[in-house]
Amino acid sequence: MSITPPEQKVWFNEPVEKTEVIWVIIALAWALIMFAMMPLWHLKGTQNMSNEAYRIQPDVYQARVDAFVEKFKVGEEGHAKTPVVRPPAGSDVYMLARLWEWYPVLELEKGKSYRLHLSSLDWQHGFSVQPANINLQVHPGIDEVVTITPTDSGDFGIICNEYCGIGHHTMLGKIRVVAGK
Amino acid sequence: MVAKPVFRTCGFTGLKIHDEAEKLIKINAVTAIVVLAVGGLFGLLVALTRWPTVHLLPADLFYLALTAHGIDILIVWCIFFEVALMYFASSILLQTRIATPKMGWVSYALMVLGAAITNWKVLEGNSSVMMTSYVPMQADPLFYVGLILFAVGALIACFIFLGTLVVAKAEKTYEGSIPLVTFGALVACIIAIYTIASGAIILIPTFLWSIGLISHIDPLMYKVVWWGMGHSSQQINVAAHIAVWYAIAAILFGAKPLSEKVSRCAYLTYIFFLQIASAHHLLVEPGLSSAYKIFNTSYGMYLAVLGSMIHGLTVPGCIEAAQRRKGFNNGMFEWLRKAPWGNPVFSGMFLSLILFGFLGGISGVTMGVEQINIMIHNTIYVPGHFHATVAAGTTLAFMAITYFLVPVLFRRELVLPGLAKLQPYLFGLGMGVFSLFMMGAGTLGVSRRHWDMAFSDAPHAFSHAPAAFLMMGIVGVAAVIAVIGGALFVLVIVGSVLFGKPVVHAPAAAAPAPSPVASYGNAEHVAVPGTFALALLFLTMFVLYYFVNWKYLASTWIMS
Repeated sequence: MSITPPEQKVWFNEPVEKTEVIWVIIALAWALIMFAMMPLWHLKGTQNMSNEAYRIQPDVYQARVDAFVEKFKVGEEGHAKTPVVRPPAGSDVYMLARLWEWYPVLELEKGKSYRLHLSSLDWQHGFSVQPANINLQVHPGIDEVVTITPTDSGDFGIICNEYCGIGHHTMLGKIRVVAGK
Repeated sequence: MVAKPVFRTCGFTGLKIHDEAEKLIKINAVTAIVVLAVGGLFGLLVALTRWPTVHLLPADLFYLALTAHGIDILIVWCIFFEVALMYFASSILLQTRIATPKMGWVSYALMVLGAAITNWKVLEGNSSVMMTSYVPMQADPLFYVGLILFAVGALIACFIFLGTLVVAKAEKTYEGSIPLVTFGALVACIIAIYTIASGAIILIPTFLWSIGLISHIDPLMYKVVWWGMGHSSQQINVAAHIAVWYAIAAILFGAKPLSEKVSRCAYLTYIFFLQIASAHHLLVEPGLSSAYKIFNTSYGMYLAVLGSMIHGLTVPGCIEAAQRRKGFNNGMFEWLRKAPWGNPVFSGMFLSLILFGFLGGISGVTMGVEQINIMIHNTIYVPGHFHATVAAGTTLAFMAITYFLVPVLFRRELVLPGLAKLQPYLFGLGMGVFSLFMMGAGTLGVSRRHWDMAFSDAPHAFSHAPAAFLMMGIVGVAAVIAVIGGALFVLVIVGSVLFGKPVVHAPAAAAPAPSPVASYGNAEHVAVPGTFALALLFLTMFVLYYFVNWKYLASTWIMS
């Protein structure tokens, strides 16, 4: 029994029954298929994690975001009068996380690519674009660059999904995707 | 000097039981169940707050309750019970005295003290940092001190377990290799030592940072090392509850493993590969390469998943073989239909096996794919997954074996046997539905650790799909059912320990004599077609669900 010592003193010398051998082979094959899927998706798939990130001081990041907002601001939105920014397609765009705000509101064009920068000024935050359901972790001190191409138009909420203190659930930002001309 | 160890002989099993070991097992198990009750209550408060139409607690208390729930259940309950299991699997199964019982009490005292300090700080309200306590968010220094003391206590218990193995070997209380269940406990112990080491490496500097002696803890490094503790601690649970499955199969059916070699090799994959799963929590983190993520999230090349899939065949397989030997040979599934479904030891164990595999296992591997994690990270899918593993899997297995331990160690009959019969179904099915619909809500983007899915105080407007609210309502109802199941467990066990009739004779449920279910590898082996069919069903669902998620991923925004 499983609660008594095995019959054979050296358990490794036991022969193995056929059902188990078949199952081990099937399971191993499935394991290898699953393993292969991840590098394969890097080659063939179109949703992959970026490997581009830089160390950055929070104040440096904030200065870049401020310059970006000043350059491309087209309006204000929401209770907090968050600036709305409409950067040109293909450019570097910035999203800043801090307690408890996503800054600024981005207006992007459907089907166009942008180099999206993400960083936090204080604690960790979670960049969760809904309902597109893209979820990325945002760290203080790291400038993460993801190339994104929105494929649907409309208003998207940015939920903070990394717990960041008592105001966490009020931390909601916005990305607007407009159809191209 | 050292007193001569006192043994009694168990009326059920004929096992020799060392009285010092018995006392330690009892106190750790009882403490675990008390913590389960407390942590479960916090869980109920959390669930009632996330149920949109109830929305019970204010935000600050919600985050407080969630922190306490996570720490008490994921760490304190599981580890206390596992300490009891380690002592059982060493001292009692090897028929030996427990090594250094006095240190066992030191270990116990440290764990109680540590858990109490951390709970006290959380309840004070200034340490609502979640179980993960990600820096730079800071808790009260004593929050970390409590966790460190708890870990030191658990580490002592691990060494007592190892010491007991040494004692048994030296005093020749068994021949050949240790039993499979003890082997499983040894795997759990080795993973526990690794886990505690990771915890020490990160929590000690974090404590020093909280009192101002260290100026900066890098958030990314913190996560890499912290999850070396956080994820591995759940792998202790896996190793331990699989040992419990094998133990129950042996106790109830006299089942022998189909093959000791296969089951033990499956356990060995855990030692080699489970620990690197720290990466599961880092898949959408900036600053880590995809190569690192792919290798580590897949446990090498899914070799630990292979181990779990093997146990998924061999555990029900050994039960099927034992049942067929007893004559339950009609069709594919007579062995399962005629199993003792009214005995909570069995029903709890088998539900745990099914729910852990089908819900927890499949979801865990799928969400652990580097790219698929983009759709799942930090959504409520994540707690959906780990309630299927830790609550419906580990906790239910531990509940099942407790029904066996009460008559054996406390020598009390169960009170309220009718409720005991019902309990695994209420808890297991409640937890199953709860997990499933959390996963559903997570795929619709609902966030975990979030007080207000309606975003009423946010600067912008956003609303989730109506289906998400519906699913979170179902989650709330299922949570209440599961909590009733959990409360019944506490009621029956505490009631039995305090008021149960003393056991005078071995009841009918006593362990059958070990019947040879397999003469390894030869023609005497009983075929297990029912189990193999279940395994193929599992694999089919796994493959379908896995590729459905890839398809779903392909429909979202393009990113690289």
